[in-house]
Amino acid sequence: MTGASLDALRAEAREWLAANFPPSLAFKNPVPYQNHAPYAEGDADWRLWRDRMAEKRWGAPGWPEIYGGAALDRAGIKVLAEEMRRIGAFNPMKMTGYTMLGPTLLEYGTEAQKAQHLPGIASGRVRWCQGFSEPGAGSDLASLQTRCTDMGDHWLVEGQKVWTSGANHADWCFALVRTDTSVKQRGISFLLIDMRSEGVETRPITLISGSTHFCEMFLNAVKVPKENLVGRVNEGWGVAKRLLQFERDSLSEGRGEGRSLLPIARDRIGVNAAGELADADLRTRLVGHAMRAHAYNLTQDRIGAEAKAGLPTAQLVPMLKNLGSDVAQMRAELVMELLGTRGLGWSGPGFTDEEMEAARQWLHARAFSIYGGSYEIQNNIAAKRTLGLPDPKPIGC
Amino acid sequence: MAVLTEEQAMLRDMASEWVRDRAPVTAARAAARSEQRYDPALWAEMAGMGWCGVLVPEAHGGADFGCVGFGIVQEELGRTLVASPLLSTALIGASAIRLGGSAEQQANWLPRIAAGEVVVALAVEEETPDAGTAAMLTAGSEGWRLDGRKTPVLDALAADLLIVSARDEDGSLRLVTVDAAAEGVGISPLDRLDGRDAATIDFAGVPVDRAAALDGGAELLEHLLDRGRAALAAEMMGTAAQAFETTLDYLKTRVQFGQLIGSFQALQHRAVAMQAELIMTRSAVEAALAAIDAGAEDASMLVSLAKALAGDTLRLIAREMVQMHGGIGMTEEHDAGLYFKRAAVTDATWGHAGFHRNRYARLAGY
Repeated sequence: MTGASLDALRAEAREWLAANFPPSLAFKNPVPYQNHAPYAEGDADWRLWRDRMAEKRWGAPGWPEIYGGAALDRAGIKVLAEEMRRIGAFNPMKMTGYTMLGPTLLEYGTEAQKAQHLPGIASGRVRWCQGFSEPGAGSDLASLQTRCTDMGDHWLVEGQKVWTSGANHADWCFALVRTDTSVKQRGISFLLIDMRSEGVETRPITLISGSTHFCEMFLNAVKVPKENLVGRVNEGWGVAKRLLQFERDSLSEGRGEGRSLLPIARDRIGVNAAGELADADLRTRLVGHAMRAHAYNLTQDRIGAEAKAGLPTAQLVPMLKNLGSDVAQMRAELVMELLGTRGLGWSGPGFTDEEMEAARQWLHARAFSIYGGSYEIQNNIAAKRTLGLPDPKPIGC
Repeated sequence: MAVLTEEQAMLRDMASEWVRDRAPVTAARAAARSEQRYDPALWAEMAGMGWCGVLVPEAHGGADFGCVGFGIVQEELGRTLVASPLLSTALIGASAIRLGGSAEQQANWLPRIAAGEVVVALAVEEETPDAGTAAMLTAGSEGWRLDGRKTPVLDALAADLLIVSARDEDGSLRLVTVDAAAEGVGISPLDRLDGRDAATIDFAGVPVDRAAALDGGAELLEHLLDRGRAALAAEMMGTAAQAFETTLDYLKTRVQFGQLIGSFQALQHRAVAMQAELIMTRSAVEAALAAIDAGAEDASMLVSLAKALAGDTLRLIAREMVQMHGGIGMTEEHDAGLYFKRAAVTDATWGHAGFHRNRYARLAGY
């Protein structure tokens, strides 16, 4: 889209958002922070917003119309995002299914798989979870052990997954399973599993932030239809790598956002006669953070424009994820420092909701550099793929 | 790398090729040993390619490519530490005359700047920068007399034309053009770490015609400095990128303990950290140059962001370049030291990273 049609889209978005976005939700999207749609679904305004966005097809704005999208190009999608950000609105479909599985199915799925699954993702009605990590396969994901055996007319799956976000509320799971035990990466397949299947059990894990959206998932002799395999058998690692790129992409998005810390800083620490923040040391660090966040946002804009122009940008993704984690974690640290003892509350009375939320965000922020491939794993990937540095010698040699 | 227009891409390719073929680091070493501190033959080649006219309007013989176009060239020059008065002349000099000069001044200077016939230097800084400008313009028999000392002045030895800041009778800051060869102008070379052309200039009762004043005073000066800082940040980014690539090559060829040292995770992660800083710096530098061309309100903030990031990034990479090369990186023979010294000089020029963090803070209301 260009010039006039973009302007028209912007005008349409502004008018439609003003009429349809529930003001009660402004600047309060519960989904990307906790990745926890069920909380949100308890809120009538959130449900209303999801359904309106589904009907408008702006929840998956770039997808083809037959799958529930609006077939907008990158420039159009950016305009929508800008208009939403302007009023504190958000895309309620931005969950695991939309950010990770959707784009992967668009590339690797059969026509039947796309028709079956994409519309439910675009409408936000079907919730997905990601069955990748296992107790013995974290950073070394390809060592996963969950067995998947060809039984002729179906697959039989047996194993255990962990850190499965939202598994206890999910309708479907996309999982990596082992179809060949004699090789590592080339013995892995990518499978779609209906969470209502017999033998699927989930158990929530409580995190330091009190959040329980991560789960253990047990797969006990689960039967899965043959047509639920994405890509070919033993070629699931390639599909997963592509999906993980989409995940890293989505994880690095928006990390520099969040409103300026300046108002809260002025409020908490005051200003001196020159109108500067009164605590010189904290001021220095707040400015340092603001500049990093600023540069990070400029980087997102730049890489977005370059990708749109067809320049190669995929090799930057691991570094962007780490830069985004750094910025977001530093922000959370500074908020806690600004709040002082007011930020130490776990449950009320005596603390405001905002104060307790800040503490939970600070705790939750530690996960940014662990999930989706830890900080160190991103650095390994960047060293090898982006910089072309040689593999380390295997441990023990 | 920003999304470039066809013209910009051609400019980049031309600059990159020329730098590689005609001005490798050995040329920078030779320039530093020479009396002029730059190579007039290479300067003539640069002018021949039209680089002196990048900021000059077409009507005066330039290409009018804007600061983004200039940054593209300057970044490439930074890669091999090319010593030339291009930034002083083609960016600051041309911008000063174009933005503050009368029609007569423009017609007089711009075509000669574009042709590379005139070298310009900006004489602004003084020995006690915090005390404000002490150089004075006082009424003389005709026009003004200029008295004061400016230091350091970049490209002063090469300069034909000086743009000098001084206070007039009313205490207002003015920018005036002064012939570098005028009587009463005393130029004393400074021998600095990077071996580039820099000097202290004493002005002792130098006669200045009132028609030599540029319009705009303090505001124009701040804008010229912002242009200079943004373009210098682009140069620093090129210097940092080359220092990084040279170091990366070393990690891929140096063998110790029976393996390439680039296979060590401790070095790999530091290499990735450098690349990440280059990514962030590029975003800020490109945004700053584009903001100046667009006359954007937040241009000064973006310039300070860019100069601060460029300073921190270049100094980080220059330190790592020496460290990762080990002993050889400490030798005069190896290029690492040249990059390391140049990093300190460029960071300190027109405000180091700390200065620009403070300026950003003030502009942002912290």
